[in-house]
Amino acid sequence: MQFIKNLLILALRDNTLCLVLYRNLKTNMMIDSQIKRKLRSLASLSLLVGAVSFSSCSGGSDQKSGISKTNPEDIKVVSEMVAELTAPPFVPKSTADRAATKLIVDMEIIEETGTMASGVEYVYWTFGGTVPGSFIRTKVGDEVEFHLKNHPDNKLPHNIDLHAVTGPGGGAVSSFVAPGHEIVFQFKTLKPGLYVYHCATAPVGMHIANGMYGLILVEPEEGLPPVDKEYYVMQGDFYTKGKYGEAGLQPFDMQKAIDEEADYVVFNGSVGALSGDDALTAKVGETVRIYFGNGGPNLVSSFHVIGEIFDRVTVEGGSLVNENVQTTLVPAGGAAMVEFKVDVPGELVLVDHSIFRAFNKGALGILNVTGPENKQIYSGTIQEGIYLPEGGTIQSMPVEDDQPAKEAVEMTKAEKMEMGKKLYGSTCFACHQANGEGIENAFPPLANADYLNEDVDRAIDIVLRGKSGEITVNGKKYNSVMTAQNLTDEEVAAVMTYIYNSWGNNGTEVTTEMVKKVRK
Amino acid sequence: MFSKFLTVVVIIFLSLISYGQKEGMALIKGGQYIPLYGTDSNIVKVQDFYIDQYPVTNAEYVKFLEDNPKWRKSNVIALYADGNYLRHFKDDLNLKDGELENAPMTNVSYFAAKKYCECQGKRLPTLDEWEYVGMADEKDADARTKDEYNKFILSWYEKPNSYNQEVGSTFENYWGVYDMHGLVWEWTQDFNSVLISGESRSDVDGGNDLFCGGAALGSSDLMNYAAFMRYAFRGSVKANYSIRNLGFRCAKSIN
Repeated sequence: MQFIKNLLILALRDNTLCLVLYRNLKTNMMIDSQIKRKLRSLASLSLLVGAVSFSSCSGGSDQKSGISKTNPEDIKVVSEMVAELTAPPFVPKSTADRAATKLIVDMEIIEETGTMASGVEYVYWTFGGTVPGSFIRTKVGDEVEFHLKNHPDNKLPHNIDLHAVTGPGGGAVSSFVAPGHEIVFQFKTLKPGLYVYHCATAPVGMHIANGMYGLILVEPEEGLPPVDKEYYVMQGDFYTKGKYGEAGLQPFDMQKAIDEEADYVVFNGSVGALSGDDALTAKVGETVRIYFGNGGPNLVSSFHVIGEIFDRVTVEGGSLVNENVQTTLVPAGGAAMVEFKVDVPGELVLVDHSIFRAFNKGALGILNVTGPENKQIYSGTIQEGIYLPEGGTIQSMPVEDDQPAKEAVEMTKAEKMEMGKKLYGSTCFACHQANGEGIENAFPPLANADYLNEDVDRAIDIVLRGKSGEITVNGKKYNSVMTAQNLTDEEVAAVMTYIYNSWGNNGTEVTTEMVKKVRK
Repeated sequence: MFSKFLTVVVIIFLSLISYGQKEGMALIKGGQYIPLYGTDSNIVKVQDFYIDQYPVTNAEYVKFLEDNPKWRKSNVIALYADGNYLRHFKDDLNLKDGELENAPMTNVSYFAAKKYCECQGKRLPTLDEWEYVGMADEKDADARTKDEYNKFILSWYEKPNSYNQEVGSTFENYWGVYDMHGLVWEWTQDFNSVLISGESRSDVDGGNDLFCGGAALGSSDLMNYAAFMRYAFRGSVKANYSIRNLGFRCAKSIN
């Protein structure tokens, strides 16, 4: 018996579960000597378990994968490499094929003027010249040598707080760097997950509000399971002096930021960063993984992809995996990985399902899926009223009453085209699409559209009062609802002139007078 | 008797002239104020002094370089100026194309700025003096509570590349001083005497004298944000740094 006990002590040393068994064993021995036989079998069972755990002390094995695991702190790093950094929406290649290494990250901070929305400029402060900043891909055990460079033309000192860092300020303390200087600090990645990084220089909120955030991925030793497409999307809220869509260079508005009244809520730094030519793409049958982060500074995201169910969500970027999720909550300064297989072709729409943010503040992106239809999964018929994307202007349901007309000064055609393009981008684009192509069976096309070109007054009327019921456009039937648009006469004239003079339409110039007439 | 009186009057008058009209400098009437980092028991007193109306310009600095060869780019001791020193010069004495002669001199280290002022018989302003002058807008000596004043400063801090404008292109303040805000940051004599650590969030902890008021940062206190950024900037630099957006002006005590 003593022999077994000694063996047990040896075998069980570092194993809590087995220690409990051992304690039970000891207690049992003292209490009841009559159950020796039972005890022996228990002891041998413990010995068995202990033997397994003993081997785990010297390298061991993971029960699930069978791949060897070491305490991340003890992972030795022998090689050295320069990290591949990517601009959104792309991510660097997987780390599955390499061992933990000394990883040199070269990150440059750049303050620059960029485009927030069509006609709207904003001064962004960036990690690597983009919002969000460059994607950093590491794996557990990496020793990251971080070179933070503050561009000489910059005006402000900055630093970086990486949520993947264990240490004071997440690196912020050691990375405070003046313009024209470079600072180097090092950390070891201990815990796998998807982490936000951001600037933490006073005033912290302002630095984040101007775009200073990004994601750093720490992969587990074996790497994340391979998928077909990986993308990097990050939400942020912006506070500008002018309201949404107001043209020109818009300065940051500190008061609105403090009041948490965002003018823009966008994916990847600007309205339309993930649409048109910049839309994400995938083919039918592919599995897509989106590394989704939320830079804030203030708002929590209800991340949703219209037309998909997330097969797997790595909740908050940690170890918890949830399946079959419709909408996942991503906190400011947090992240999640979502994975889904795309089964049918079409446009999937990424939104913050706090839905006014999507259709009125910019939190909208497109994932274009191409490939063969699968009628069994999705028939292609769209019922009226299931889901109604809206434009960026304030809207009301179709009305019959008159509205008072405002004083008008007729613009030139060129002015109308310019203003009309912006209005289209903020009001019509969500349904009728970037080039007026519409969405088959849901939203009729405006490009080269017979219904539009036949009757300009009817078209004006639809914009002013909305339209519901069946219409036929270019030989196809549509039975949907368009809401009345709350636009001024000049705005209607501008946006319709733009539409009539684009995409092969008949070139009609719509005047304020024509709009007025229809409004009466 | 009368002539004696006249002499006194003339002397007073002359001294007044020299008192009020130093070449290119403005007289700042001293006073006291509570700076960003202070509390009621931490009032800063400033004596009367002179300060340059404009930041030192490129052209003025070139003249200094002509007279002081050891401060030229090719001669300067690395200890006194880092690799960015005179980065906007194409050689020892000439600006790069596109750089304005009358724009504020930047890419200059603390040591170089200090030396420049000494050669003019002046000195760099102290941090307290600079902040004292910087409190003024067009109308008031202390405009720190005005929204518009703070918004102006904040919006400037955000705007990149404001350095290549002529001096005097921003407003003339209460004291007759230009460009305290809106063109470039400026060196002060004791720029690093108020320490802001790299981790500005922990600076607001009660344990830190500097920001014991920090925790009370109210929603309307935009003034603190503007000043925070200034102090944060100063906290990030070292005396041999030369920075594209950092210039200087000189001051002079009244003896």
